[in-house]
Amino acid sequence: MKMSKLSLFALLTIGAYLIFKIVVPVIGRFLHPGTWPLIPTSLLKMYMLFVIVTILLYLTAKEEDAKALMAPIKATLTDPSKRMLRNIIFAVIPLLAAYITYGSVAPSYDAPVELRSIHPAPPSSVNVYNKSYNLLTLKNPLRDDAANFAKYVKEGGEVYFKQCFYCHGDKLDGKGHFYQGFNPQPLPFMGTDTIAQLSESFVFWRVATGGPGLPKEGAPWLSAMPIWEHFISEEEIWKVSMFIYDYSGNKPRTF
Amino acid sequence: MSFFYKGKDIKRQVLAITLIFSLMLIVPLFASVIAPVSKIFNTEVASASEKAEKKEAVEAGASKKEEGKKAEYPPAPKLKEKDYPKIKGYNSRISVWIVAQIHLFFAAFVLAVPIFVLVIEGVGMMTKDERYDHMAHEFIKVSMTAFSLTATSGGILVFMLVAFYPDFMKYLAGIFGSVMIIYAILFLAESFFLYIYYYGWDNMRYGSRKWVHLTLGLMLNVSGMTIMVLGNSFATFMMAPSGVDAAGVFTGNVWEAIRGPLWNAVNLHRFIANIAYGGSVVGAYAAYKFLSAKTKEERGHYDWVGYTANIIAISALLPLPFAGYWLTAEIYAYSQTMGITLMGGAFAWLFITQAVLIGALFLSANYYLWCGMERIKGSERYTKYIKYIAIVIVACFLVWFTPHTLIMTPKEMKAIGGTHHSLLGPLGLMPAKNTAVNIMILFTFLSFTLYKRSSKIATAAWAKQGVAAEIAIFAVGILNIIILGIYSYMVPSNIKVGMSVPQVFTTLSVIIAISIIESRLFKNSKSTGDIEWGKMPARSQYALILLAVSFTWLMGLMGYVRSAIRQHWHVNSIMRDSSPDAFTPTIGYAANVVSVSTILFMLLVIFVFWLAQFAAKKQAEH
Repeated sequence: MKMSKLSLFALLTIGAYLIFKIVVPVIGRFLHPGTWPLIPTSLLKMYMLFVIVTILLYLTAKEEDAKALMAPIKATLTDPSKRMLRNIIFAVIPLLAAYITYGSVAPSYDAPVELRSIHPAPPSSVNVYNKSYNLLTLKNPLRDDAANFAKYVKEGGEVYFKQCFYCHGDKLDGKGHFYQGFNPQPLPFMGTDTIAQLSESFVFWRVATGGPGLPKEGAPWLSAMPIWEHFISEEEIWKVSMFIYDYSGNKPRTF
Repeated sequence: MSFFYKGKDIKRQVLAITLIFSLMLIVPLFASVIAPVSKIFNTEVASASEKAEKKEAVEAGASKKEEGKKAEYPPAPKLKEKDYPKIKGYNSRISVWIVAQIHLFFAAFVLAVPIFVLVIEGVGMMTKDERYDHMAHEFIKVSMTAFSLTATSGGILVFMLVAFYPDFMKYLAGIFGSVMIIYAILFLAESFFLYIYYYGWDNMRYGSRKWVHLTLGLMLNVSGMTIMVLGNSFATFMMAPSGVDAAGVFTGNVWEAIRGPLWNAVNLHRFIANIAYGGSVVGAYAAYKFLSAKTKEERGHYDWVGYTANIIAISALLPLPFAGYWLTAEIYAYSQTMGITLMGGAFAWLFITQAVLIGALFLSANYYLWCGMERIKGSERYTKYIKYIAIVIVACFLVWFTPHTLIMTPKEMKAIGGTHHSLLGPLGLMPAKNTAVNIMILFTFLSFTLYKRSSKIATAAWAKQGVAAEIAIFAVGILNIIILGIYSYMVPSNIKVGMSVPQVFTTLSVIIAISIIESRLFKNSKSTGDIEWGKMPARSQYALILLAVSFTWLMGLMGYVRSAIRQHWHVNSIMRDSSPDAFTPTIGYAANVVSVSTILFMLLVIFVFWLAQFAAKKQAEH
């Protein structure tokens, strides 16, 4: 039996929803055991909107298909024999709308959702260690000393495991001892979408000035990162930066 | 008169597209010529980092010559709130914003239309097919009213700028005064050529006079293009000033001020975008006429016009992401701060909106082609592939707009294990976006190719091998784009940015190679019958209108982003905006202002369409 276009529409829509809701997190769990990387509701809604639009475009590209899709809807609205079904639908639609409205306005004890800017824009210069650093031209001076690269990385590792790993984790995965106590959680350095995207002057700025040094735009940042210029030296910041890049297999961004 | 055109029309339209692309080459050529010229004049365009170094040099000790120049040109003024006049009932920023936006919408339209009108007129002359000539004439007629609205909105904009931001305008005029005068004279020249071009159309329709007419069209475009690049220089100077020192003192060389680090990238991007935009607005005009048509012939004619306009819009849309990518790379190279603010910081979510709108453009364009297959006998051989194209395009679309910064509830964040999503996080980066957009472009091209071949049956002896070669090229191209995309994640960022170039080349190579094979394959092909122009559902016309609305909205949003990344500066890092409005508005606020501008523009465009129809009607004699 050939499936009606309306049923096909419903089937494709439900299929897409299940893929986003279940298949994607299952793949994520398989790749990263211990996690359930679901698609956040905000994004899921966008995905579903465009999937539904595309299904409708496909199903109405041919006149014959468009008519077949609309036929049961038209029949439900106009056919006298479908009066009961029509009345049920007319009752269900406002109830559904009321349910959705209630869900969106009902008071909740959950923390509000915030649109966070994950990537703060650095200033052109920064004042730390009683000096002004031009972040547009600043480079890690230790990288010029290639002969001692391994030594600096090792010393940077020592700094990391004395100061940073409690939050950022011993595997640099952002899962240190205290990571669950923070919102936002500490940044992971592994992978290609965090530190690999940053220039070393950016890293210097972030480490030296910490959460309080973040720009006004995009506030509140709520970052718990300390102002590290108060605790470690300038050279130690450069060394720890070398360690993080080396350990994570990334290189500082040079644009 | 019949409007059941033959398959040959499509070949001619391909020729028209080729000509448009040839014309497009003028700008990159222009850009490449400028670089050596600037060396001749011994000018120097500094990136932000070079500028910082320069600043240090200036601080170390300025030469006597420079001291002399400082006496001649004042530094950028340090304004206070009281320096900004207040006019009761007006918010200075919103007023200037909306008027500037509407002016730019019209300007983009009237600069673009003469470009493809000239090309279509040329095609009409070469093919001796008068329908092209009539269509070109009709297009320019639509732009005539828009031309006066461009001038009017431009005048209002200048008055508003002088009234609300007198000190800024004074400073800008101190540098660009000579350019502003040339700009005004060129506008006069553009009007001169436009009026002769339009009113002389019938007078110079045939023979050698046609060549004179085409030359006038060329001069019209040269004036228009020069106006555009000069206007761009004001905007790019504000974003990335050049030709001034760190205090804003003008060096005295206006060419240095014009040729800022972002100038050529903006020139190219606007040039291509204008063509896409102009094509889409003309497409909306054709849709409007199609939907209000009373006769079959009229419907057939405007279906054909809409189809041509759509092809123009889509042909220009395809290379647009690459031009945008170059512009963004230049912004990053000029200033890391500006680049991050643009793509990763405060404006990142406007790029998601942009991605959604671009995806909507691709979907509308494909849908229009799919619907168009209905008018071709024999298209049923290819309509079965629509579902696969739709799946790929929507999959790419989802990747294209997946944000790097996800909006999550605390519960979701906990389930994911942090703010970084292990699967979606990488999709938020440029390698994924580049891969998705290249594939989306190739599959849109596939829709177009299937549409084109719907009315033909290949008779070449090597038809099977030819199709096999096409499939192989297409598959290898897609594979190469995906491999390059994956590889981009494994290399440092500077190489990663560069990886987009081979991806683009792959896309272009596939398009060119398949186009060549197709043209050979269907030479002397058998026709499946005439294309039944006018046999289009009304919903396909709404897709054309959606295309124009999406383009308008997109231009408004991205124009705002380009301008707003200066944040609290009139002229970035040189002249601070101290007005009460020197704050970065929220995304919702900005989107509302842009939406109001879009609605106002669309209302004015409907008026222009109505006027074109109104002017064609004659009152019956009493």
